Amino acid sequence: MIQLKAVEKRYDDGFVALKDINLELHSGHINVLIGPSGCGKTTTMKMLNRLINPTSGEIYIKDKEISTMNPVELRRQIGYVIQHIGLFPHMTIAQNVSVVPKLLKWEKGKTKERVDELLEMVGLDPSIYRDRYPSELSGGQQQRIGVIRALAAEPDIILMDEPFSALDPISREQLQNELVDLQKKVKKTIVFVTHDMDEALKIADRIIIMQEGTIVQNDTPEEVLRRPKNDFVRDFIGTNRLHKSDELPPLQELLNEKMVTADMNMGFARAVSVMRRQKVDSLLVVNEEKRLEGYVSIFDVIDNYEEEAMSLADILKRVEHVLTRDQTVEEGLTLMTEHQLSYVPVIGENETLLGVITRGTIVVDERYVHTNS
Amino acid sequence: MEFITELFQYMTRNWDLLLDLAIEHLIMVLIGVGMALVVGVTLGIICARFKKVAGVILSIANIIQIIPSLALLAILMVYFGLGFYTVVVGLFLYSLMPIIRNTYVGLKEVDKSISEAGRGLGMTSMQLLSKVQLPLALPFLMAGLRVAAVIAVGVAALAPMIGGDGLGREIFAGINTMNDIRIYAGAIPAALLAIFADVILGFFEKYTKRKTSPAT
Repeated sequence: MIQLKAVEKRYDDGFVALKDINLELHSGHINVLIGPSGCGKTTTMKMLNRLINPTSGEIYIKDKEISTMNPVELRRQIGYVIQHIGLFPHMTIAQNVSVVPKLLKWEKGKTKERVDELLEMVGLDPSIYRDRYPSELSGGQQQRIGVIRALAAEPDIILMDEPFSALDPISREQLQNELVDLQKKVKKTIVFVTHDMDEALKIADRIIIMQEGTIVQNDTPEEVLRRPKNDFVRDFIGTNRLHKSDELPPLQELLNEKMVTADMNMGFARAVSVMRRQKVDSLLVVNEEKRLEGYVSIFDVIDNYEEEAMSLADILKRVEHVLTRDQTVEEGLTLMTEHQLSYVPVIGENETLLGVITRGTIVVDERYVHTNS
Repeated sequence: MEFITELFQYMTRNWDLLLDLAIEHLIMVLIGVGMALVVGVTLGIICARFKKVAGVILSIANIIQIIPSLALLAILMVYFGLGFYTVVVGLFLYSLMPIIRNTYVGLKEVDKSISEAGRGLGMTSMQLLSKVQLPLALPFLMAGLRVAAVIAVGVAALAPMIGGDGLGREIFAGINTMNDIRIYAGAIPAALLAIFADVILGFFEKYTKRKTSPAT
């Protein structure tokens, strides 16, 4: 639907912002333009609604060369969400959302219906929010309005210029999720500019990585992660995802101390109940001095369930792979990978159990995503 | 005390005359400031749009403002002769500067991202100006109008010097006849008019400010 052919942007002072951009943006997908500041990603996006005009080259939207179109009419067909939210502070929420329908001279009734429908779509009760002013809303709510304002006149294409970068991390996360959900319903062609690789990986169907006015790689997120085209891409993924990878924190930092343990003399019924409540499939068994004696799995317990006189001490198995406090995270990872373990206990002096490290805790610590794979 | 009773008696005896003068005073101010509003806002918009012209327009308006009011009225008298309209022209020129400057500043202060949002959504420049930029500049504009109106009420008291009317007539009559009661009978209503203008326009200024409070 959107095609850029040999697009170039050269400013009067000789600075070349874009060099020979050839790009096809996928319809009905979230296309993320990403790169460090000054790479030309915003310029590329703003050319699509002619806020910036190319020096040379052609841009086609639905097979029409846009330089032949009236920029004002073009913009009314394209949704636009800007970085600083940009709601009109003197207009109510309903008036903000209905700006483009009004410009397109929609009927009043139709516009009002559309506003309410959109407010409901982002979980804001129209009867409460319709007549409020933007200043009465939180940052996250304001940007939700920014997004539905862009959707109001049902454009096929929506441009989003770092829309969530000004929000706090929690709102940002929420809005990213909502955008992904929303997109499943509306299936628009979205061009999303960001410098945040985490954001791109989360929402993108296609990631277009730019550097100094050129496109370095244009792929699915999966491909970008698996086959970064060059060192720049690798670095770019890396700086965002592995920025402290050369400085591994000690094992201690990733230690999960809230593992589920059980006493040697615990009966089987209690053991099953503990596992069920804690949602685990095995228990680490310790003695009174917290010394690690072994582990039991749910299967062992259930197999012996009828033996009411027995306790965990009778069926426990020795833990074959343990880590000591002064070993490294890499050793733990190697151990887990080699022996297909989901966790490794970490022991201190006299074999006292200090905690466990799990694949979960390591993967959650995003610094290790790539060392892990 | 005796003086106040006398003043009060004088004012109640001549209230119809004083009211006529006050109305005339007000009309001069309204026409002068009204014209300045139309012209000043237009020039303010031009200043905000075209940076090169802004310097020229603002300096000219500044120079007009610097000329003492009496001198300005005297100069105008040379070209327009004696009378009502000469006063109105004087008030017009005197009110221009605060209105131009405040319109200009108000438009400049509009958040760039808000203007970009308007353009990006497909507003023409006229729509952007009338629906977004001017409404947001309104509190500034109102502040300018308020300053202009208060100054104009004061300057209009000089009207009789160049053949105009208004409350100044009573003041000058008092000066000529060395009658301080008449001076006060003109000066007090004039001062009240200025305060009145200040309060009313101040209220509107606050109202517009509340309406356009920023979105964060």
